[in-house]
Amino acid sequence: MGEEALLIVDRLSAGYGHPVVGPISFSARRGEVIAVQGPNGVGKSTLLNAIAGSARVFSGSITRRAGVRVSHQQQAALPLDDVPLSGRELLALTGADARGLPDWIVPLIDKRLDRLSGGQRQFMQIWACLKAPVDVVLLDEPANNLDPQGMQYLEAQIRDMRATHAMLVVSHDRRFLDHIRTRALDLGA
Amino acid sequence: MNIFEIFDPMFRLPLLTGLLFAALLPVLGMYLRLREEWLAALAFAQVAAAGSLGGVILGLPPQAGALACTCTAAAFKGWIARTGNNGYALLMIAGWAASILMLANVPIAEHLGHALFDGQLYFTGATHLVFGAGFFLVTVGTLPWLSRKLLLERMFPDFFQASGMSAKKFHVAFDLLVAAGLALATASIGVMGAFGLVFVPSMIAYRIGPSWKGALWLATAISLLAYGASFVLAFVIDQPFGPVLVMVLAGLAGFGYLIQATLGKRRASRPVATRDGAA
Repeated sequence: MGEEALLIVDRLSAGYGHPVVGPISFSARRGEVIAVQGPNGVGKSTLLNAIAGSARVFSGSITRRAGVRVSHQQQAALPLDDVPLSGRELLALTGADARGLPDWIVPLIDKRLDRLSGGQRQFMQIWACLKAPVDVVLLDEPANNLDPQGMQYLEAQIRDMRATHAMLVVSHDRRFLDHIRTRALDLGA
Repeated sequence: MNIFEIFDPMFRLPLLTGLLFAALLPVLGMYLRLREEWLAALAFAQVAAAGSLGGVILGLPPQAGALACTCTAAAFKGWIARTGNNGYALLMIAGWAASILMLANVPIAEHLGHALFDGQLYFTGATHLVFGAGFFLVTVGTLPWLSRKLLLERMFPDFFQASGMSAKKFHVAFDLLVAAGLALATASIGVMGAFGLVFVPSMIAYRIGPSWKGALWLATAISLLAYGASFVLAFVIDQPFGPVLVMVLAGLAGFGYLIQATLGKRRASRPVATRDGAA
C-alpha cells in the first residue's frame, strides 16, 4: 500500500434529522478520484456534507490525517443576491490560483459574478474549490450547467491534479465520471 | 449667513468627527448587507440613543452609555447565535421605547434627546472626535482581517466549515465592531444620520459597484460626498444636520437608481459575445 490515507470513513451513518446515508466505510488517498454514484436520495451529497462538517454524523467516524485541508464545492449556486463580487475576488477567497483558467473565462475574471451566465459562474465556483490550496477536494455535481467545452476543460484539470489530491466527485453524468475516476463508490449497491 | 463661517474653529471638530464616521459607516454597511443584516444599523442606533440617554441620567458620558448598551446587545445577539433581522427588529423597537420613556420622564435627558433625534452634529466636541478617531483606528486595523472571513463564510459556508474554522468568533467580532461604530456615530450625528450613512451608500454601491473592492470605495465616496454637501447645506439653510443628511442621501439613492437603469439599458442593447468572440 502507498501513502497513508488522507481521509478514513469508518462505518459512517450521516444525515440531518435522521440518517440518510450509511453505514459506509472507505478511505481516500492522493491519486484517487472517487466517483460517488447511486440513484437520487441515496445520500451522495449528504456524504460530502458530512465530510465537510455540515451534516450530522449519527454513528461511525470520519478521520482526517493531521493537517489535511478540504474544500467543498456545493451543488447549490453561489448565494450572490446582487453581491458585487468579481471572479478574481471569489478565487482570492479560497486562495485559488487563477493561472490556468480557460481563455474564454480569463476576460471575465474582473466582471461581477452576478453579471455572468449560470455556466460561467458555475465554472468560477468549481475553480475556486478545485484550485484552492487543499489536499482533498469534494465536488458535488460540478458538471451541472457546463457546456461540452467547459466539461472537457474540467475533466482535463481533474486528471492533471489527480497525483497531488484525493477527490470525491458526485455526478449524474456517467460519461463525465468515466473520464475522471480512478474508482467508484456505489451508494446504491 | 456667511458661508466662510463654516471654517470657524467651532465647526471644525464636528466636521472632522463626522468625516471619520462618513468614511467608515458605509463600509460597515457593505458587510451588513452581505450578511443580510442591514437592520442591525438602525437597531444599534436606537439602542445607542437609549444608552446615551441612560448614561447621562447616571452621570456618565453619553458615549460610554451608548457603547455599553450596544456592545451588550451585540454580545447577547452573538450568544444566542441567531442570524437575520428578527433580533435586530426587537432591539430597534426596545431602544426606541426606552429612549422615548426617558425623554418623557427625565428632564436632564431632554437636551441630549433632541440632539440625538434631530442629528445636531454641531454640538459634538473633542470627546466625540477622540472616540471617533479611536474607532477609526480599530476598524482600519481589524476589518481587512475580518473581510475575507465574512466573504468566504457567505460565499462558501461549507468551505469555511471544512477548513475547520469557527465562524462564531468572526461573527461576534464583527457584531461588536458594528455596535461600537453605531454607538459612537449615533452620539455624534444622531440616530437617522448614522443609519442613513450605513444604509444608503452601501445600497447604491451594491447595485453599481464593479467589484467588492470597487463597491467599498464607491460607498465611501458617496458617503463623503453626501456628508460634505449636507454639512454645508444644513449650515447655509440653518437646519438640523440629521434630516438634511437623510434628504441628501435619499436624493443620491434616486440618482443611483437612474444610473443603474441607464447602465441596464445599455447592457441590454449590447450584442452578446459568444465564446468565439462573434456577436
